[in-house]
Amino acid sequence: MRLFVSEGAPGCLPVLAAAGRARGRAELLITCNPSTLGGRDCVVPFLTRPKVPVLQLDSGNYLFSTSAICRYFFLLSGWEQDDLTNQWLEWEATELQPALSAALYYLVVQGKKGEDVLGSVRRALTYIDHSLSRQNCPFLAGETESLADIVLWGALYPLLQDPAYLPEELSALHSWFQTLSTQEPCQRAAETVLKQQGVLALRPYLQKQPQPSSPEGRAVTNEPEEEELATLSEEEIAMAVTAWENGLESLPPLRPQQNPVLPVTGERNVLITSALPYVNNVPHLGNIIGCVLSADVFARYSRLRQWNTLYLCGTDEYGTATETKAMEEGLTPQEICDKYHIIHADIYRWFNISFDTFGRTTTPQQTKITQDIFQRLLTRGFVLQDTVEQLRCERCARFLADRFVEGVCPFCGYEEARGDQCDKCGKLINAVELKKPQCKVCRSCPVVQSTHHLFLDLPKLEKRLEEWLGRTLPGSDWTPNARFITRSWLRDGLKPRCITRDLKWGTPVPLEGFEDKVFYVWFDATIGYLSITANYTDQWERWWKNPEQVDLYQFMAKDNVPFHGIVFPCSALGAEDNYTLVSHLIATEYLNYEDGKFSKSRGVGVFGDMAQDTGIPADIWRFYLLYIRPEGQDSAFSWTDLLLKNNSELLNNLGNFINRAGMFVSKFFGGYVPEMVLTPDDQRLLAHVTLELQRYHQLLEKVRIRDALRSILTISRHGNQYIQVNEPWKRIKGSEADRQRAGTVTGLAVNIAALLSVMLQPYMPTVSATIQAQLQLPPPACSILLTNFLCTLPAGHQIGTVSPLFQKLENDQIESLRQRFGGGQAKTSPKPAVIETVTTAGPQQIQALMDEVTKQGNIVRELKAQKADKNQVAAEVAKLLDLKKQLAVAEGKPPEAPKGKKKK
Amino acid sequence: MAAAAELSLLEKSLGLSKGNKYSAQGERQTPVLQTNNGPSLTGLTTIAAHLVKQANKEYLLGSTAEEKAIVQQWLEYRVTQIDGHSSKNDIHTLLKDLNSYLEDKVYLTGYNFTLADILLYYGLHRFIVSIIVTGFFSVVFRMIFKTLS
Repeated sequence: MRLFVSEGAPGCLPVLAAAGRARGRAELLITCNPSTLGGRDCVVPFLTRPKVPVLQLDSGNYLFSTSAICRYFFLLSGWEQDDLTNQWLEWEATELQPALSAALYYLVVQGKKGEDVLGSVRRALTYIDHSLSRQNCPFLAGETESLADIVLWGALYPLLQDPAYLPEELSALHSWFQTLSTQEPCQRAAETVLKQQGVLALRPYLQKQPQPSSPEGRAVTNEPEEEELATLSEEEIAMAVTAWENGLESLPPLRPQQNPVLPVTGERNVLITSALPYVNNVPHLGNIIGCVLSADVFARYSRLRQWNTLYLCGTDEYGTATETKAMEEGLTPQEICDKYHIIHADIYRWFNISFDTFGRTTTPQQTKITQDIFQRLLTRGFVLQDTVEQLRCERCARFLADRFVEGVCPFCGYEEARGDQCDKCGKLINAVELKKPQCKVCRSCPVVQSTHHLFLDLPKLEKRLEEWLGRTLPGSDWTPNARFITRSWLRDGLKPRCITRDLKWGTPVPLEGFEDKVFYVWFDATIGYLSITANYTDQWERWWKNPEQVDLYQFMAKDNVPFHGIVFPCSALGAEDNYTLVSHLIATEYLNYEDGKFSKSRGVGVFGDMAQDTGIPADIWRFYLLYIRPEGQDSAFSWTDLLLKNNSELLNNLGNFINRAGMFVSKFFGGYVPEMVLTPDDQRLLAHVTLELQRYHQLLEKVRIRDALRSILTISRHGNQYIQVNEPWKRIKGSEADRQRAGTVTGLAVNIAALLSVMLQPYMPTVSATIQAQLQLPPPACSILLTNFLCTLPAGHQIGTVSPLFQKLENDQIESLRQRFGGGQAKTSPKPAVIETVTTAGPQQIQALMDEVTKQGNIVRELKAQKADKNQVAAEVAKLLDLKKQLAVAEGKPPEAPKGKKKK
Repeated sequence: MAAAAELSLLEKSLGLSKGNKYSAQGERQTPVLQTNNGPSLTGLTTIAAHLVKQANKEYLLGSTAEEKAIVQQWLEYRVTQIDGHSSKNDIHTLLKDLNSYLEDKVYLTGYNFTLADILLYYGLHRFIVSIIVTGFFSVVFRMIFKTLS
């Protein structure tokens, strides 16, 4: 028999423990032979949803239930079934599993902790504890350990092995669990499955599972679900029809494009920044979705709303890392910045990011503005001086930043500990505590010297910050994580922050005695937004010293929240120069790559410059990244999912609808939009589309980018359904009335396609432009999105040539990309491994099987000769084939491929 | 069909004369059987297996280790999959899977009629109308008629 397991599948624990335990009694020879199955996730041919572990029996039958596999091992070893065991296993399947999978999902996939995890299983744990203590037995079904213990232990182990999730007060459960965990088969199973990584070893598997349903409601996903159509009132329908009929005339005139974009009194002025990417790293997909791409969607949306919009970004260029990189590549820091700035700019251009300006922080404006803010802070008494003990390398004549020192770890004695952290024991280190410190550049021994540094007196500014937050936060669109991080910093109390560093590559500190120092990047990097604007227009202060008229949206990943939510606002408030402060701080969670993190050094993950070489168009990347945008919780990039979403959502849903709508106009109506006579059903559809469009607006106004994308897909699904139900391709061949109906359906469909092209513009600008060119959508309708659905392609409008928008992604193509970008993780990708469980077959057994084959062969021949009932013959033939297969296995031959008709 | 009614029906078909009384417990209305000579039993498949033994028809639980495991597997399938899902999509997938599984089989274990067939039949009963409407789950159909006869 063959046991199929998969990396991190929780069901493997009880199964391996049961196999190990039964082995002693049943004389089973278990050989572990982990060979991969070439990506076959679905082992059981008749199950739609992949299931592991699975035991394939010699008869060809499959056991796909974890409990049934364990039961089988126990039965083989002579165990007899009993009511109490059955009861425990039924309880495990119906009560424990749902609660437990929810808890594991929260813990492993969503990173929740404590009561958030324990809450869902507490009742089940208490039930086990009570049962154990009431029956006064050490094991679930009696005095000896048995099937029920193994199955429940295996299910609970991943969670309970962490003492935090094994409540102290449940003492009976506690001792039962400990007893089992120390048994050899259980221990071995635990080591094999969890690999000493604890519960996180389940991550690769659990991540791929749908979120278990829980009473607390479902998580946000973009998966299509059964869409329940809202009930519409007559008024809503009537309003939608009126808006539709007004058509193009209701569009306002297009705002003239300004250069440079400057705030206009009386208009909504939207200033959008994306966190400045650090220059010496090529950004990976996570960086791209975290700030520039998210901000781009909002900027494009903002322009579609005719809001006066300025979107800016640039590279953050100063700091230690640039100096190091320059040393590595034998260039000056300036040359490094020049080189990488271009790489960044190229990547964003390829991704179609619509910056109004993409600047850099190494400019005279940066020095001017930073020094000005510093001087203002200094004269107002918000800057402190203090002495710091620091390592200085005499030979290099400079103070060493943490990452320039190496030495022996003061905690564990590891020889190559870094100045900030030991790689071996993981403890944080204060560089001056390192034993035998060495300068990483020249290898000489640095000395401890005291040096002066400047500190921003945050405690003194705390009150102003709180006042400002009190005014800003209510009613704003700060993301929950940004609010949380900011609040927790304030709760812990602000401390003075050092704003200078012993470096050369930075903004000089304009103060006597600090000639050798520069500003620390986190003090001046956020000032980069101001200097980049100043390089774009000399009227930059109209944006940055104009809080009354400017709405500032700042996009970033959550690690950047403290600098934008605390430090910069403090600097700006302390400088007392009427600075524009962030109105909406939009922070994402993290994007993971497949099962782990993006890592440049390990070559894992897709980086901006490589995306171009995949042959996958930029818009597809944009779509998928936005579809999985880590909005509210971490998410993961997955190649398989990319393929799936491209082929299902883009190709089959969106692309299919838009293409059909256009094709019907071309094929059946000579390329002219037909007359539309709306029936009540069509009017209802109009209202539904309008409702969804308004939802899209509500979501994007709140910068819920990922959720708004769903509205687009929903409208397209409505559209597909509408075409499907009304079958214009049939009606066009029918009576006059039928032909008119085909015309109305086609006309309405193509107008929905036109609407979708505009809604899609922030997400997929190139595809949007392609659709608009195909439909010849009039220019104002391309660039303005109202809250109503208008007829923008009236009867008689001539469309252009329609062609397919998306290409199917093939498995091979994606698999080879996965290989290319997988790095070290490809090896650990959770393909089911096979453990061969071979029963020893002696010559006697082989002889016995041969006899049986002969006997069965005769039975079949006889039946056929008698022309017996077909089903009966088939049954006997099946038995014969089974026997032959068993024989082949016993003789060590590969089983013959099944002959005959292929099953559908 | 409520679990208690289902178990009473099973009692009759097993030829058990004395009808048991069942209570229901929890959100899922899990059936509970209070036995005379021991602790109560909880859970549909647990009680069903108990009744089979009471009626001396152990063969309905399978005769080999393999059959026994398969019977229990499908009993578990009944209470977790068939009872657990109610969306149209889930049911469709479930029927498709079963149909594909049964394509080369007479009963769930292959050639022998077991408790798994009975409880799956009961469990699928509520979908029968839609099966007739869609009309192509022929094998499930066949299984149902075999079970009935």
